[in-house]
Amino acid sequence: MSRKVLLIEDEPNITEAIRFLLTREGWQVETHAEGENAVQTILSAQPDLVILDVMLPGKSGMDVLRELREHEEMRALPVLMLTARGQSRDREMAEKAGVSRFMTKPFSNTEVLTAVRDLHAQASQS
Amino acid sequence: MATLNVLILVCLGYVVLLFGVAFAADRMAAAGRGKWLRSPLIYTLSLSIYCTAWTFYGAVGNAARSGLEFVTIYLGPTLVMISWWWGLRKLVRVGRSQRVTSVADLISSRYGKSNTLAICVTILAVLGGTPYIALQLQSITLSFSIFAEADPSGLYREGASVFWVAAGLAVFAILFGTRNLDANERHHGVVTAIALESVVKLFALLAVGIFVVWGVAGGVTPMMERIDASEIGRWNVDTGRWMAITFLSAAAFVCLPRMFQVMVVENDDESHLRTAAWAFPLYLLLMSLFVVPIAVVGLDLLPAGSNPDLFVLTVPLSQGNDWLAMLSFIGGFSSATSMVIVTAMALSTMVSNHVVMPIWLNTRENASSMSGDVRNVVLMARRVSIAAIMALGFFYYRMSGGGAALASIGLVAFAGVSQILPALVGGLFWRGATRTGALVGLSVGFFLWIYTLLLPGMGGNVMSASVIENGPFGLGWLRPQALFGLDGLDPMTHTVLWSLSLNTLAFCLASLLSFPSPLERLQGAQFVNVFDHSVAPGGWTGSVAQSEDLMIMTQRILGAGPAQDFFQAEAEKQGVRGRWPEPTPGFLERLERELSGSVGAATAHAMIGQIVGGSSVSVEDLLAVADESAQLLEYSSQLEAKSAELSRTARKLREANEKLTQISRQKDAFLGQVSHELRTPMTSIRAFSEIMRDTDGLSAEESRRYATIIHDEALRLTRLLDDLLDLSVLENGQVSLNMGDASLRTVLDRAVSTTMAGADSPLTILRNLSAERIALHSDLDRLGQVFINLISNAQKYCDAPEPVLTISAHDVGGQAVIDFVDNGSGIPPDAQSMVFEKFARVGFDKAGGAGLGLAICREIMHRLGGEITYLPGQGGAAFRVSLPLPHRQAAQ
Repeated sequence: MSRKVLLIEDEPNITEAIRFLLTREGWQVETHAEGENAVQTILSAQPDLVILDVMLPGKSGMDVLRELREHEEMRALPVLMLTARGQSRDREMAEKAGVSRFMTKPFSNTEVLTAVRDLHAQASQS
Repeated sequence: MATLNVLILVCLGYVVLLFGVAFAADRMAAAGRGKWLRSPLIYTLSLSIYCTAWTFYGAVGNAARSGLEFVTIYLGPTLVMISWWWGLRKLVRVGRSQRVTSVADLISSRYGKSNTLAICVTILAVLGGTPYIALQLQSITLSFSIFAEADPSGLYREGASVFWVAAGLAVFAILFGTRNLDANERHHGVVTAIALESVVKLFALLAVGIFVVWGVAGGVTPMMERIDASEIGRWNVDTGRWMAITFLSAAAFVCLPRMFQVMVVENDDESHLRTAAWAFPLYLLLMSLFVVPIAVVGLDLLPAGSNPDLFVLTVPLSQGNDWLAMLSFIGGFSSATSMVIVTAMALSTMVSNHVVMPIWLNTRENASSMSGDVRNVVLMARRVSIAAIMALGFFYYRMSGGGAALASIGLVAFAGVSQILPALVGGLFWRGATRTGALVGLSVGFFLWIYTLLLPGMGGNVMSASVIENGPFGLGWLRPQALFGLDGLDPMTHTVLWSLSLNTLAFCLASLLSFPSPLERLQGAQFVNVFDHSVAPGGWTGSVAQSEDLMIMTQRILGAGPAQDFFQAEAEKQGVRGRWPEPTPGFLERLERELSGSVGAATAHAMIGQIVGGSSVSVEDLLAVADESAQLLEYSSQLEAKSAELSRTARKLREANEKLTQISRQKDAFLGQVSHELRTPMTSIRAFSEIMRDTDGLSAEESRRYATIIHDEALRLTRLLDDLLDLSVLENGQVSLNMGDASLRTVLDRAVSTTMAGADSPLTILRNLSAERIALHSDLDRLGQVFINLISNAQKYCDAPEPVLTISAHDVGGQAVIDFVDNGSGIPPDAQSMVFEKFARVGFDKAGGAGLGLAICREIMHRLGGEITYLPGQGGAAFRVSLPLPHRQAAQ
């Protein structure tokens, strides 16, 4: 079965690294590099998981998440959020906005993979 | 023919009747019976003491001599009563609320309880009153003499009769006028007796009139024919004199001490004035009804040279109607006695309260420690004063010889007391009226009255004919009867005009120019606004007065019983029944008013002042209060300033706080940015290094590619750290500039070659080399750094298909201006203002720096004394670098 992840990240090198990792795990990886239109992309791509960067050009990841959660069918979609800012306030804001998992860059590959596996497993169970 | 004996018997009987009436009225009033004693009728009748013997006899005489002029004497009071009753109401209200005892007391009280003023008014009143009393005595004597002429026994001796009449009147006034110490209390006995006398004199005059018209002339029509035939109707009336006398009699009606006594002091109820307003003019009308007929018939019947002043007596006598003549005599007698009694009472109150008592008090060290009963002193002073005033009148009569026409003395007296009018009316209606004004006005009027009327009228002994003719020392403009060249006027008109107008003028001017004392202001407010507050504000400040001392003093003045009653009532009011009342200002105020009813306002004020320690409202007190309020004002303005300062400080703090918050937010944002810029490359480095470590079977190409990413990201990190450090050094001002000289062209050459080296970018750079021959003195490395930044920005961000950067240099006004304009799409307008801020990276290109380049450029240019700005509207991105030039500086 095909698992689809949508990676929303403006840093091409990081995108490449994550694509490499998840593809090897058997994920179909789609990417989007800006905050603008991110929600539409998610809605149309219908991914099983979203990896979302916070600092995006155009629109912040927080706003994207909040907008996303306004859609009824997107309430349960697992969203893994990545931030390079590393401030505790961001974590609180993200949790309020309805994030599934929050991670600070730089992360270890294992961490990302574990998080993705966990989130997917949870989503599949429910 | 009635014998003198009968007349004397009738007279004595009449006097006894008066005594009896007065006695009975006093008894009834004391017993609380006899409400009719306080009726408006009695009040109105008592007012008719205005009609003295002068009016009774003199009006007929006046009519026989001057025609209708006598009407003015009735016209003045009538006008006052009808058109100015509201003014009288105010006068009465003031008089009662202030417990005023006389017109002098009223003036003194109004102008700060000034005793000087009281003495002035008293002197004026005595000077005007004495001849008037003499006049009454004379009228009685004259009327006696009419009967005496016809009496064969020759018992009548003129001098003796006047003496006994005067003495009798004095006794009456003393008996009924000084029964109570409180002059403000009603003298019911006297007032009732006066009312009776008013009825008698009206009755007598009407009787004579009716007799003349119907008994002598034979009816109304023949009477009218007689009047038409007589000369009286044809005499011209001097309009000026007519107006002057009307005004004078109106003024005198208000100012005369005896009128004040019956109208204000003896007034029981303000509302009585309403009745009097129509009843009194009616009384005057009746009194004047038969004046002309009697005069006309008298002139017809009696031989030429008969005294027309006595027509009222002589006409009935000549017709053989002795009883009517006797009734007429009693009428005249009534007029004279009522006037003398009330005048003596009024004047004695003034003299004792304003002259005797102050002197007596001053001779004592301490009023509160005086021995004996002050009551007796006051009463004795008043009794002696009555006797003295009567004696004065008597001697005046003896000295003057009784020659002058009755009416003229009356008018002279009128003109004298009228001088009080400006101060009186001004005091009632004008708060600006001051003591000085009243004093100056009174003095001016008083002096002019004496100079222009009193002295010239006294005959050649007092003022020589030459002075009247040519003025003193030959100064024509000072002629007493043609002052300032105002010639051709009747002396009376002349005096009224000058004295009252100058009096009023002086009063007003001096009032405007002088400053009233605090007490004057208080009193002035109370008088003028008497209808606003029924209770006067206290003039006494909180004091250390011993209530016991006050009690002792009050006892001596009011008597033990009333004093104790008053103190007990006060104590109860204060809720300390059975103890001494606290000497509160209100209590002292009431006590003062209570005492002023007995001894006058000024004296009462002085007496309390002695005990309280003179702590009435003094100028010092008020100044202290004013000082205090000024201090308060200052303090409050200081507080205001402080509060303004505080709010300024608060605002500054708020601003500072906002700034700090903003800085803190900026710092947070900056740290977030820095963190992001550091973590992002590190994320890539870590991810790819882990991939390379953990992944088996990576192709060589993959390995190289990932190693390159790691390398690039490491370089990016290094650049970021370099920029951060650079910016930090520049911002902290710790940078040391390495100044050197070179041409602009050299610096640009170096920057272009550095930027283009190793980069295979398609950017074309257009330069005007000749324009770049500008000598610079600056930190060439730093300036080069700015140029490199701008060129590499164009390299990175210019989105034109064939990117071109145009560098143009100008020497503008001592400044080197270098513009860097590319042909790309430029920076969007909303981002232009942000372009020099840290991390204000525009666009998505991550290949460049961390967004600190332009911020560093701005700091560098700032350090170099120039600036870097964005040039909007140039098509592409456009930056202008300007730098001060060295040779201009040297040239200066």
